[in-house]
Amino acid sequence: MLRVENTEQAPVEFSAALIAKFDDIKSRYPEGKQKSALLPVLHLVQAEYGWVSAPAMDKVAEYLDILPIEVYEVATFYTMYFMRPQGKYVLEVCRTGPCCLVGAEKIMDYIEQQLGVKEGEVTADGLFSWRGVECLAACGFGPVLQIGPEYTFYENLTTQSVDTLIADLKAKANN
Amino acid sequence: MGRKLLLQHINAPGINTLDGYRQTGGYAAVEKALKTLSPDDVVEEVKKSGLRGRGGAGFPTGMKWSFLAKPEGVPRYLVCNADESEPGTFKDRYLMTKIPHLLIEGMIVASYALGANTSYIYVRGEMMPQIRILEKAIAEAKNAGFLGKNILGTGYDLELYVQPGGGAYICGEETALLESLEGKRGNPRIKPPFPAIAGLYGCPTVVNNVESIAAVVPIINEGGDEYAKIGIGRSTGTKLISASGNINKPGVYEIELGVPVEEFIYSDEYCGGIANGKRLKAVVAGGSSVPILPANLILKTINNESRLMSYESLSDGGFATGSMMGSGGFIVFDEDQCIVRNTWNFARFYHHESCGQCSPCREGTGWMEKVLHRLEYGHGKMSDMDLLVDVSKKIEGNTICPLGDAAAWPVASAIRHFRDEFEWHVTNAAEATTRNYGLANYADPLPKVEKTEA
Amino acid sequence: MKVTIDGITVDVEPGTSILNAARQIGGDIVPPAMCYYSKLEGSGGKCRTCLVKVSKGSEKDPRPMPKLVASCRTTVMDGMEVQNITSPEVIEARKGVVEMLLINHPLDCPVCDQAGECHLQDLGYEHGAAKTRYEFDRRTFEKIDIGDKIQLHMTRCILCYRCVFTADQITNTRLHGILNRGDHSEISTYIQKAVDNDFSGNVIDVCPVGALTDKTFRFKNRVWFTKPVEAHRDCDKCCGKVTLWYKGEDVIRVTGRKDVYGEVEEFICNTCRFDKKKTADWTIEGPRKVSHKSVISANHYETMKPLPVVKTNPLLQEANKEQFERETRL
Repeated sequence: MLRVENTEQAPVEFSAALIAKFDDIKSRYPEGKQKSALLPVLHLVQAEYGWVSAPAMDKVAEYLDILPIEVYEVATFYTMYFMRPQGKYVLEVCRTGPCCLVGAEKIMDYIEQQLGVKEGEVTADGLFSWRGVECLAACGFGPVLQIGPEYTFYENLTTQSVDTLIADLKAKANN
Repeated sequence: MGRKLLLQHINAPGINTLDGYRQTGGYAAVEKALKTLSPDDVVEEVKKSGLRGRGGAGFPTGMKWSFLAKPEGVPRYLVCNADESEPGTFKDRYLMTKIPHLLIEGMIVASYALGANTSYIYVRGEMMPQIRILEKAIAEAKNAGFLGKNILGTGYDLELYVQPGGGAYICGEETALLESLEGKRGNPRIKPPFPAIAGLYGCPTVVNNVESIAAVVPIINEGGDEYAKIGIGRSTGTKLISASGNINKPGVYEIELGVPVEEFIYSDEYCGGIANGKRLKAVVAGGSSVPILPANLILKTINNESRLMSYESLSDGGFATGSMMGSGGFIVFDEDQCIVRNTWNFARFYHHESCGQCSPCREGTGWMEKVLHRLEYGHGKMSDMDLLVDVSKKIEGNTICPLGDAAAWPVASAIRHFRDEFEWHVTNAAEATTRNYGLANYADPLPKVEKTEA
Repeated sequence: MKVTIDGITVDVEPGTSILNAARQIGGDIVPPAMCYYSKLEGSGGKCRTCLVKVSKGSEKDPRPMPKLVASCRTTVMDGMEVQNITSPEVIEARKGVVEMLLINHPLDCPVCDQAGECHLQDLGYEHGAAKTRYEFDRRTFEKIDIGDKIQLHMTRCILCYRCVFTADQITNTRLHGILNRGDHSEISTYIQKAVDNDFSGNVIDVCPVGALTDKTFRFKNRVWFTKPVEAHRDCDKCCGKVTLWYKGEDVIRVTGRKDVYGEVEEFICNTCRFDKKKTADWTIEGPRKVSHKSVISANHYETMKPLPVVKTNPLLQEANKEQFERETRL
């Protein structure tokens, strides 16, 4: 079970704009197959709130007319959905073989050192978390990392480019 | 210089837009197929082309299409598998980023051939930028009348949608992909029934890889027979190879099937040789799940013939001395790389990606990872190698889907070919944490095989 | 359709699975099944203990199948030939599957309420090695409370999905499911929530191991010291046909009636299972037939005739006395 008691589970009400996006997605599938919208809808929820809380999942279930447990099952199966709050920017670094051949492990160590938090933890200012993820299908441009919710890729990482990236993100957040 | 069918115009200005794509002759295949060919004619051309599925299994695409059930009054679906997640493979991402209309054109022609009126492109969720690119391209194509109702006045209707995944390697397995597209956990289905009979929403469905769909465009433009002239033997046409690892020029290359492996690694047209002046130690030729081969066996087959980049040649010698074409994820290891560490890394990957549905894979992948971890970190035992081979055998072939095999093969093959290095990690445990085993004899010329009468 | 399993030929209806064909023959050639459950649609295919070798595909296409197949989910073809216990390859693969199922399974059989009627215990006994080759910590999960009726021990779960199918198909709503992925998968509710509705208790009966057990029976008695008796009552929710499990004169557990493969004949409601624990609630039909191989027969149960549960029966009292003496002596 995912322990969520210690995390604030604020009630969730989706905005009209978000519901409109849901409706558009739902229209892509045949009548009665609206459950197909679950994965894209969860992505939209995460983009909006930064993570996927239990009340949000319950709301999604209500919207798609499926059981809440069906949403929990799916949300916990896929690695992209965060079941607890994260930093504003989550640096997801590829940790699989081909990237490791060109130095991904060093990049992860460097990010850990620069951010001062362990994998999965959030920095004190709430801006960053990082984690290793499995192959991002960019092996020829490794080491790589991605940052949601747009999932922008940063390729051919070096310690210098990581420095620049972190500085840029800090500046962006403070503006 | 080999012929390029998919990436021919990759550097043309504005190739990622509809106009740019049309200026290089784009959407001619849609015009040709919908206006002059019947759906069966299209299937026939693809059959003649000898195109084999580019996602990894290498199953003939035309044959897969002809298996599609066509019951009256039941919709049929074409689903494009763009869940590219096999470590070492990044060709689909490249293709969708650079030339999205090629995939869309292929989807229109293939959907027409199969009689599908709604088709989906299932893209792995991490590829949000590519999803945005595809959605923009679809909107352009729809505006130009290549999608929607009554395409080009032929009476054929097609809606095309992009579906994001949620982060799961297993969704590259076609039935897991369909489950995921239905909004469920990516648990592979138990087959039969195969998707051709009962796939998406229980309807007949074809699932094809991005590159396979894209290849339909040149096949229709030039004819299946012309396509089949390229390549070697039953490996027809061109193939996108994702080259990564310790090479001078990593990237995606389109090759005519049959190029010698040695040429592919060392010529300036392709990988440009091993980076930093190092020597070649090993290659994983078709994505992380295919057997790893040491330098000597990847360059030459056991009969001392030059090994070629083709389905047949790469698998020459079976698993004893050969490997597989797979998805064309070509990972090159130089002499400084540790095979034990890489095998552990791959084992961790499969452990992480196992869906957990069937017992051998759920339990076995974790077991192998733990044993490899202890070997890599200097706590291994001499008996661990036999244990790993045995566990891999207990997984292989006994699981619901091919992920079990994919997890077993890299481990078994690494021990088969690099046992010395594994044993060195046990006998010289302390040393193994500070330096690598190096090239050893892995690039030495192969011993002459004595011909044995079967 | 004719199918031959381990040399024994049987005629079956088209659409029958290899496993069910084998069950029609019966005996030792029936493959074990940890996840398949004939009354649950979609079950099977996952545990891989029922793997068999198809040495001849059919009369029409005699080619053998390239891999071992899950007999529970493979349909027979006319003229098919199957090897189960006659194939060393199958025995070896099954041994492998049992080993996989056991590496993370706790060895807490001495305190597990399922002991004695646990399919994994049987399987381990028949196919398991005496020693484990797994030298790592066994997987553990955080404990979760799913209510006062059902006890969940996630560490014992083999992820057969039967309880999920049961909740989907037998109860009116499903509150639990499989969360997470791979070897971290677990049966759970997202936030601790009682799994409680009219038919939820059936997940206990379908569980092949001790992952879901009857909380009201917890630590009350070892199953082989209980006396199973068939009984029924007029129930407005279910068939009302059950097995009562007596300890002395008390009904300490109520379950569905299970067949030789451990499957219930019919599902029962929670009222019958949890709320009717007095002999007076039931019409007693007679002692349950227990295989002489079963540990349950170890309590000399068949000497207690006539019905052992009628309070005034001197024979029963005598038997109980005997049992009591034996237990205290031990």
